[in-house]
Amino acid sequence: MAKTSKKTATPRKSARSADVHDVPSAVKGAKPHKNLKERGTPLIEMRDISIAFGGIKAVDHAGVDLYPGEVVGLLGHNGAGKSTLIKVLSGAYKRDAGQIFINGQEVTINNPRDAKALGIETIYQTLALADNVDAAANLYLGRELKTPFGTLDDVAMEAECRNVMHRLNPNFRRFKEPVSRLSGGQRQSVAIARAIHFNARILIMDEPTAALGPAETAQVGELIKQLKAEGIGIFLISHDLHDVFDLADRVTVMKNGKVVGTARTSDVTHDEVLGMIIAGKSPPGAIPGPGAMREAA
Amino acid sequence: MALDANSSESPALVQEGAVARFFRATEIDTRMLGMIAAILVVWCIFDIWSGTKIANEGLFGGSFLTPRNLWTLLVQTASIAIMATGMVLVIVMRHIDLSVGSLLTLVATISAVLQVQHLGPALGVGHWSIWILATVAALSVGVFVGACNGYMIAYLGIPSFIVTLGGLIAYGRGIGFYISEGVTIAPLDKTFKIVGGGVPESWLGPFWSWVLAVIACAAIAYAVYSGRKQRLRFNFPLRPMWAELLITGLASATVLGATHIVNSYPWPPKLIEQFALANQITIPPGVENRDGTGVCMAADKVVRCVDGLIFYTGYPVPVLIALAVGLVMTFIATRTLFGRYVYAIGGNPEAAELAGINTKLMTVKVFALMGFLAAVSAIVASARLDAATVSLGDLNELYVIAAAVIGGTSLAGGLGTIYGAMLGALLMQSIASGMQLLNLPSAWQNIVVGSVLVVAVFVDQIYRRRVK
Repeated sequence: MAKTSKKTATPRKSARSADVHDVPSAVKGAKPHKNLKERGTPLIEMRDISIAFGGIKAVDHAGVDLYPGEVVGLLGHNGAGKSTLIKVLSGAYKRDAGQIFINGQEVTINNPRDAKALGIETIYQTLALADNVDAAANLYLGRELKTPFGTLDDVAMEAECRNVMHRLNPNFRRFKEPVSRLSGGQRQSVAIARAIHFNARILIMDEPTAALGPAETAQVGELIKQLKAEGIGIFLISHDLHDVFDLADRVTVMKNGKVVGTARTSDVTHDEVLGMIIAGKSPPGAIPGPGAMREAA
Repeated sequence: MALDANSSESPALVQEGAVARFFRATEIDTRMLGMIAAILVVWCIFDIWSGTKIANEGLFGGSFLTPRNLWTLLVQTASIAIMATGMVLVIVMRHIDLSVGSLLTLVATISAVLQVQHLGPALGVGHWSIWILATVAALSVGVFVGACNGYMIAYLGIPSFIVTLGGLIAYGRGIGFYISEGVTIAPLDKTFKIVGGGVPESWLGPFWSWVLAVIACAAIAYAVYSGRKQRLRFNFPLRPMWAELLITGLASATVLGATHIVNSYPWPPKLIEQFALANQITIPPGVENRDGTGVCMAADKVVRCVDGLIFYTGYPVPVLIALAVGLVMTFIATRTLFGRYVYAIGGNPEAAELAGINTKLMTVKVFALMGFLAAVSAIVASARLDAATVSLGDLNELYVIAAAVIGGTSLAGGLGTIYGAMLGALLMQSIASGMQLLNLPSAWQNIVVGSVLVVAVFVDQIYRRRVK
């Protein structure tokens, strides 16, 4: 079997005591979950994250949180900072400021390997598969199983791959072919299998359905529901409002690097969310963030 | 799971013809089959063609399909084939190495200068340690220069084309020329020369060649058997029994056939005579015969005759080295983490990086491996020539790249096999030496080799489109 992933995060310090007091009061608004808190400690809490590229603040004191078995949609224009924020979580970018907590404990994520060790897996828009090797090789890329002689144990990897794929996509048969020959949906299942196979607790999906047809999109939707039922928390980055309303429990909207607001999908309408994305206007059903347009002021 | 296995991988199975079913069942790489067919066709054409000029003992009455010519062909192919195995990995990783020929010259020069001008005078000519020191020095230089290339490409971000183009200009005719001062360095150490295949000590002889062949057949059978056992263990679809037996049979027949051919090539009469004199073997009496390949005593004179004393060469060392390199490189490419990463990086460098693969270090390693193989080729080539010259590796880089590309390596990266590149090297060498055999003008030889490269890639692209 796969190597057992680390169940325990690497805690820097017990953050719980410092939780309330150390945070500067000026940015308390960046913690929209406070009012939604009904399920205890969030699985992931990103607090007050900032990152700048050459003077441009791509992400500016932004915060999101995610509970087990929950799907949170991250919405916003191109360049709103949602992808950048999430890349901080997946380790692709290093944050300039801010903290990340997993189950209430602060963690350090400096590269993709750190994130993986903490059970954070990312499915990229481009799927990030090695096109010329087969499903099993992709599933285990970077974490290959080896025989006692130190050589690749292809047979064991293929056997395990057949198990995993059977669970995700029972119709999948093309185990011997390079993934470049697979359909978009099949490739997506390989990418998802790769993400969840190593005991992921947090899944980041960046535009998971962007390249897919309607049937395949529905398939991915089913998959997301299945993963939710298994208690995995999912960040869903998407342009497609319908997708997000179908799949997400909550949405967080970003604009110009700041959080406009966070809302349950059941509390807001499509139009209200559009208003958040376009105008930065936080509707009554949402908890406004620092990026919300201040009508009162 | 069992259901999955039986319903097989493709729903289109029913509509397939007998030929397609045959290839699916045997899992034979049709591309490889095409290359082997091309090589056989080229061989037959040259044999028939040369037969129309001067009749000889070849299969079709020519002089190409004779043990002597095929044996020589294998020896000539060795040096390019060795480097082609490394070039496959370089190209698979979306790089190119233009410096291998130049590096070959440099390495050969350094090892020759070391043997002739330094170790020989210091330790005494023919000292037992000379060949070891020269070999170690050669391999170290190759690895070091290759790693330097890789470092500049990976960490300094200079494109591989440029780095190795610089190497092409600077290594052989630059540094190498500087070290050798432009003169041919010869003769090399006696033991070192064995690697070249030009002396009797470098021929395995019929007995050991057969032993090797039998071992190879046993290994093939075992590989097929253990593969089947593994598939059974995990309940994977199996090849039909007849297909397994057919593959084992074909592979073994190839090994035995090749062994028979190399075991039919006799030593040159002059060497037989020398060997007999040196080892006090009595040369039998006989009648002189111009066609004979043995030697016998006609009165007091040693002459050529049919039924005289005769030795057969068996496998020459450079061919064994090339085969060993091919096996090891295939193992590296398909069975190790290193190989898997090379192909993954070639398929999608970004995905490989995101999967936590250190792509920069991998680049350095692959170029260092390429440098190592160029050094092995340098040893083989200089030992064969018994000298190091400034032009030893000229144009080799292009033949190596051509061999890899003809063998199915995609310049876009991600695709390529070791055996394909070795077959590609054999095909190119077959065409080149066939034309030399026919005594065609060298201008024509260049035109044909160049055209073959382009046509081969064109045919390959058509093939790939159809497969897709």
